[in-house]
This record gives sequence, structure tokens and C-alpha cells, in this order.
Amino acid sequence: MAEIASDGGGKKGGKSRSKKMSTKIDFTPMVDLGFLLITFFMLTTTLSKPKTMEINMPEKDNITDSTKVKASTALTLILSENDKMYYYFGIGENGQPPEVKTTNFSSKGIRKILLERNEPQIKKINALRAKLNARQITVEEFKKEAGIVKSDKNALMVLIKSDDKAKYKNLIDILDEMQITSVGKYAIVDITPPELEMIASVPL
Amino acid sequence: MPKVKIPRKSTSIDMTAMTDVAFLLLTFFMLTTKFKPDEPVQVDTPSSISDKLLPETDIIQILVDGDGRVFFGIDGQPTRASMLDKMAKRHNLTFTEQERAKFSLLSTFGVPVSNMKQLLSLSGDERNALKQPGVPIDSLNNELGEWVLYARQSNPKFRIAIKGDRDASFPVVKRVFDILQERQINKFNFITSLEAAPQD
Repeated sequence: MAEIASDGGGKKGGKSRSKKMSTKIDFTPMVDLGFLLITFFMLTTTLSKPKTMEINMPEKDNITDSTKVKASTALTLILSENDKMYYYFGIGENGQPPEVKTTNFSSKGIRKILLERNEPQIKKINALRAKLNARQITVEEFKKEAGIVKSDKNALMVLIKSDDKAKYKNLIDILDEMQITSVGKYAIVDITPPELEMIASVPL
Repeated sequence: MPKVKIPRKSTSIDMTAMTDVAFLLLTFFMLTTKFKPDEPVQVDTPSSISDKLLPETDIIQILVDGDGRVFFGIDGQPTRASMLDKMAKRHNLTFTEQERAKFSLLSTFGVPVSNMKQLLSLSGDERNALKQPGVPIDSLNNELGEWVLYARQSNPKFRIAIKGDRDASFPVVKRVFDILQERQINKFNFITSLEAAPQD
């Protein structure tokens, strides 16, 4: 214990003998203080730093790009309420309205469709990844090659649209699915009036 | 047989080791800590598998809360002041030196510029209690676009990060995208929290 107590009165007339002081100090209050501060920092800190997802939107004025979507590779997703979505293949040319179906965000829903549709690309990317893991190619080469595979002109092109009832979370989820299923070509596009009519007739 | 004598031990324990541990942990937390930014609304970000870190500086943060209100946040005090000057000029308002100083300490706000004086006159607690209406984003009164423009004029390196609530409705977020694209900003970030990628 704290043994720095001073010898108050002292003996009268006695020889003043220097007392041997103990060098031990009681650390308990210091520990208390330490833990108090730790608690404070633990409660106020944000340990998990926010993550970010980057997106490049197509330029507004540059419409020529978007018109070149090949009907055979196009998949249109229309996000809607209650975490569900409509989807159809192709772009509904020749006055034939495409068949609109519905699905959800589960791994058996949209992911299955995307995995099936994007299979050739996924196979190529998996082959590249195997090479990467076997140290046959470098990370830069892998990224470059994967980029080429993803932007292949026969690769799936996903058009992400949404009606007014969808939530922001749905958008992030679907962008996530694009990453999971290695879809390299996707765009967030405005919904068109014919599509609104199309989805109105399909129950969710 | 001799009796076993139990020696009386001192009850005081040497606390030195414990102090060491406590201060080691304290140092760790002090060095790694980053205080929660003072935001006027609670935004519950959606989770994604993206594990890219958000750059720490030169970020314009656009918050979209669950009710569709939009807030504007920016770092750098000189930038904030010069942004306010330009905005004041645009809307024929004048701000006193005091108000400018107060504004440059304001990290995030969500009021139309006409109500800015009112917001700046409040104290910190009052401001937190106030339900801010959000920065106007409609096409007639597109103040968000103006803020973004003036912020980027003062520092062109700024990148946009959108921090939306899970339940923010899509049309509002889409409107924010459109405003950014009108300003030729085609590259932006979404702030998300991390979730595990599915195993295939």
C-alpha cells in the first residue's frame, strides 16, 4: 500500500533518523484510470471502417453506346417492392413483348439465373483464378485478363432498372450480385413507360 | 508431527503488470480510434461484399436517410467557407464572419440555404435536436447540385460518396445520381458495411 505517509509529529529531541521508505506505490487507482479510459475509447470508437463500392455510370450525352446492346445477351432486371424483381431476356424487339418473370434476391433466385446465363465467362475466370493460385500469372495479369473476359462482346449485359417502390438496399444487393456472378457489363438505366405497363400486368 | 503453519500472506497484489496491460490496451485504442462523425441523422448502410476502403480525405458525403431527406457533408474547413461564400452570392444572401466560422465547423447539414442562417444560430445540442428538412433536390431548386459544383470548384480532387439508408427509396437515390451526372460526375462511391461473400 501507499507508504509515502510522512511522519507527522516526529519525536522531540530525538535524533532525526532518515527512515527507510518503501519504494512500492499502490497502482490500483492508476489501473482504475486506465480501464476507465479504455472503456471510453472502446465505446466511442468505430472499429469497422466503412467500406465502399465504386461505380462508373455511363455518360449521359453518350447514348450511342447503350443502343448497341445485343438482344441475345441482354437481361433486364426491374427492381420492385418487397425485395422482389421482374426480369426478362432480350430487348423485346419486333413488336413482340418479352416474357416477364419474377424472382427474388436469394441465392436460388437471381443468382442462379445470372450464374446460368454467365456460365462461359465464369468458367474462364475460374480457370484464370486457378492459374493465379498456382502462381502461373501475377495479380495484374489476372485483373487484366479477367477484365477482357468480362467485357467480351458476347458476355451477358445486365440492365438494372427500378420502379418507384424499390429501396436503395435492393440496388446495392443487385450490384453485389454482379460482383458475385462475375458480370462485367451492367448499367443502371431509367425505366421506360412500356416496361411499366409490362410489369403492371405481371403479379409479383 | 509438527503443526503445519499457514503463513499469513499480504493481501496487497502487485498491480504493475495490470497497469501495463491496461495502458497497452489504452494506447492501442487511442491510436486506432476514429471518432464517430457527428451526423444529424442515423443512417443504416446496406451491406455488400465489397471490401475496398473509403479514402479518408477529399470526400463529399451525400447522406440519404430512410425518409428520403438528403444531407450534404464535406471535410476541410477552408473548403466549407469558400463554398458558403459562393452559395451566398448565388442566392443573394450575406453571412456574417461569425456565421462563416460556425459553418466551417459544421460537418453535415440538411437545410435549404435560405434556412442556413437559422441553423447556424442554433447551439450544437439544439441543432442535433432539430429535424432538418434535407437539402432540396428537385429540378426547380437543385441546391444539392450547386453545393456539389461549388465544393468541386474549391477543390477538384473531391470524390463523391453516397451513404444511403437501406430503406431510402430508389427514386430519391436515382435523383441524386442524375444530379451528379448532370455535373459530369460519372464515378462515385457507395458507402456500405462489410458482409461475407458467399462461398461457391
